Amino acid sequence: MSDEKKHATPMLDELENGPWPSFVSGIKNLRDGHPSGRVNDMANDLLGQLEHSYETRKGYWKGGTVSVYGYGGGIIPRFSEVGQQFPESKEFHTLRVQPPAGHHYSTDILRQLADSWEKWGSGLVTFHGQTGNIMFIGATTENTQKFFDEINDYGFDLGGAGPCVRTSQSCVGSARCEQSCANEHKIHRMLVNNFTDDVHRPALPYKFKFKISGCPNDCMSAIERSDFAVIGTWRNEIVIEQDQWKKYVDKKGRQHVIDNIITRCPTKCMSLKNDDTLEIDDRNCVKCMHCLNVVPSALSPGEDRGVSVLIGGKRTLKIGDLMGTVIVPFMKLDTESDYERLVELAESSIDFWAENGLEHERCGEMIERIGLVNFLDGIGVEVDPNMIDHPRESSYVRMDGWDEEAIKWFEQKRDQSLAAAGSPFGNNTTD
Amino acid sequence: MAKREMRKAIETGCPDGFQYMHPLMVKNFGQWKTHDHPRPGVLRHIAKSGDAIWTVRAGTQRILDVFTLRQLCDIGDRYADGRVRFTIRSNIEYMLADEEKVAPLIKALEAAGFVVGGTGNSVAMISHTQGWLHCDIPGTDASGVVKAMMDELIDEFKSCNMPNRVHITTSCCQINCGGQGDIAINVQHTKPPRINHDLVANMCERPSVVARCPVAAIRPAQVNGKPTLEVDEKKCICCGACYPPCPPMQINDPEHTKLAIWVGGNHSNARSKPSFQKLVASGIPNNPPRWPEATAIVKRILRCYKEDARDWERVNDWIDRIGWPRFFELTGLPFTKYHIDNWRGARKSLNASSYVRI
Repeated sequence: MSDEKKHATPMLDELENGPWPSFVSGIKNLRDGHPSGRVNDMANDLLGQLEHSYETRKGYWKGGTVSVYGYGGGIIPRFSEVGQQFPESKEFHTLRVQPPAGHHYSTDILRQLADSWEKWGSGLVTFHGQTGNIMFIGATTENTQKFFDEINDYGFDLGGAGPCVRTSQSCVGSARCEQSCANEHKIHRMLVNNFTDDVHRPALPYKFKFKISGCPNDCMSAIERSDFAVIGTWRNEIVIEQDQWKKYVDKKGRQHVIDNIITRCPTKCMSLKNDDTLEIDDRNCVKCMHCLNVVPSALSPGEDRGVSVLIGGKRTLKIGDLMGTVIVPFMKLDTESDYERLVELAESSIDFWAENGLEHERCGEMIERIGLVNFLDGIGVEVDPNMIDHPRESSYVRMDGWDEEAIKWFEQKRDQSLAAAGSPFGNNTTD
Repeated sequence: MAKREMRKAIETGCPDGFQYMHPLMVKNFGQWKTHDHPRPGVLRHIAKSGDAIWTVRAGTQRILDVFTLRQLCDIGDRYADGRVRFTIRSNIEYMLADEEKVAPLIKALEAAGFVVGGTGNSVAMISHTQGWLHCDIPGTDASGVVKAMMDELIDEFKSCNMPNRVHITTSCCQINCGGQGDIAINVQHTKPPRINHDLVANMCERPSVVARCPVAAIRPAQVNGKPTLEVDEKKCICCGACYPPCPPMQINDPEHTKLAIWVGGNHSNARSKPSFQKLVASGIPNNPPRWPEATAIVKRILRCYKEDARDWERVNDWIDRIGWPRFFELTGLPFTKYHIDNWRGARKSLNASSYVRI
C-alpha cells in the first residue's frame, strides 16, 4: 500500500511503545505485510477509524441485523457510522464461535482457523471474549456466511448473541488440576449442547449463561457471572497426607502455618496438634479451598465428589449486581442419569424463566422480583437451609401453611436417611 | 430469479476438547495429584501415575492478527508438542512433557516479544473487552487502556511478589463486561444522555427504552411534532442503559465520560464468600492514548496492597482486615458522599454497630 493511502495514526502509534505486545503493531502488519489487498485495505481503514475514536473520544460502530442462514444469532453486527471516510471496514462484524470445552487447541486447528479467517475476514481474532467465545473480529455481511460455512464443515459452530442461551465456559479442571472435583468438560458440553436451538435462535427474555468450575476457587467466575453456575465440590473428609503436612510445617515454621492457614479458615475448623499433625473438623468445613490452595502437596479434596448449583448471577443492569444463589447444595455426578438430572434442572429453570421473566430480565432478577421460594416451587426443588445465609428477619409474612411444611420437612429427612442406608457414600442428593 | 441454494448449518455446538488436548492431559484426566510453581510463568503438575507436565504461560496482545497467531503456533510446534490452551484472561499456555524444553520455550517466547508470567501471586493479565475497536456503546477503548497499563505493570506480571494474585479488569461502559476484579477500571458517565429528537421515533422501540431505565426517568414526549423520548435529568443516574436500545440517546461524551476505579471484587470462595467490587475513585479523565491518570491510581493502590497486606490476602481480604478508613488513609484517595451507597439494599453496607477505627 502506498504511504499516501495509509491513514496517519499518531495517537495509536504511541501504543507501539513500551514492552507489552502491541495490538496496533499487529493491525499494522495486516495492513503492510499481508498478501491480500482486501486484508490490507480493511486493516488500514480500521486503524483510521480507531484513530478517529482516539481523537474524538467516541465510538463509531452501530449494531444491526446479520446472521447466517437458519440461525438468528451468533454474529455481532457492526456497521460504521463513519463508513464514508473508512469504506473498507464499514461492515466489520464479529463472529462468536464456540471454543472446544476447556479452551484446548492443537496448533494444527489454530492454523486451519487462521487460514479460513484471512480468506474471508480481517485477520484479527481473540481467544477469547468475556463470555468465552472465539471472537473473529471483522467480516463483511457477505463473507460472514462464507467463513461460517467453511469452519462449520470442520466442526466449529456459532455461539450465542442476543436473548438466548450463551456460549459456556469451563476451567481446565480434570485435564490438569488436582483440585478438580468434577468432569467440567462433560458438564459443559452436556449442558450447552442440550440447548443448541436456544443458542442459535434467540427467543428468551434475555441472555442465559452456564459456567462450570471444577472447585470452589471458581476460576470461571461462575457464581458472579453466570445464570447457572456448576461448582465442583465434595462432602466427606479432606484427604490429609500427614507426612507431607509435617514436612511443610517443618519447612515453614508453626507461626507461618498458624497465621497463614489455621487462622484463615472461615469456619475455624482446623487445628495444629502438638505433634505438628493437622486435625480438621470436616463437619464444619465449607469447602472454601484456602488450605488446599496453600498446601496442595499435603491436602486434597475429599473423594465423595459432586457439584453445587447456583442460580442467578449477573452484573449491574438493571437492579444491581447479583451473585448466584445455591439451589442444589450437593449432587453426585457419577452416572448418566445423574448428568441427565442436571440437564433437566437446567431445562426446568430456563422453561420457568422463559415463561415468567419479563423482557430483558435476567433469571436472577426474576428471582429477586418473585422470591426464591416461588422460583423453587416453579422448578420443583425443595427448600434447604444451605440456600440462605440466615432465616428471615421480618415477621411480615403469612404462615398459615406452617404445619404442612413442617411435616414435609420431616418426611424428606426420613426419605433421605432411608436412601442413605443403601449407598456407600450416603444419599445421592440433598435437594 | 432462481433461488440460491443455501448451505444448511451443522448444529454441533461446543466441540469436544479431547481431540485437541495434550496427550498427557488425556491420559491423566481426573487423576492429578499436586502441583508446584518452579518459577513465575511456569507450573508443574504431577499425576497419580507419576507423570509430570510443565505449563508455560505467556501474555499476548489479546487482539491477535493471524501472523502473531501463527508465530505462537510455530513456537508451540518447536518446543511444546503442538498443543496449547488459553486461560480465562487470554494468556496462552503451552504444555510440555519434557522439562528440558521449558527454558528454550521461555527464551523463544521472550525473543518474540511475548511476556512469560501471570501465574501465582502476580498481577495477572488485565481482562478486557472491545472498546472503540468494535463495541457499539463504548465510552473508552479497551485494548489501548490495557496495553498502556500492562506496559507499566509488566514487572509485576513477570514476578510473584504480591501478597496473593491480583486480577485487574477494565470495562468501557457501566454494563461492565470486564467483570469483577481486585481492581476494576470502569467507565462512569457523569451527564444525562443528549437526545437527537429527530431520530428517536425511527430508531428506537420507545416502550422498551422506557422500561430499560433503572430509575424510571424516561418518558414519551413530542418534540417539534415528532414522537420522541425525554429524560427527567434530576432523576437520571447517567448509567447509559438507554443508549444501547436507543442510539440517538448519546451517553458518551469526550469530556464528561470519566473513569472510576473499584476494588475488592473476588470470584473465589477461598477464605470468604465471593465479593463484589467497591467504588474507591472516580472523576478520572478518559485520556487516550495512554490514560496516565488511571494507571497512576492503580499503581498507588497496588503499592499500598503490596506493602500492607499479609500473605494470601486478596485485596478484599486486606481491606476487610484494615478497614475502609485506613484504606483511604493509606492510598490518599478522597472519601466522598458518592462512596455511600443509596441503591436498593444499601442499608446492608452501612455500619450499624459501634465498631469504628479511630
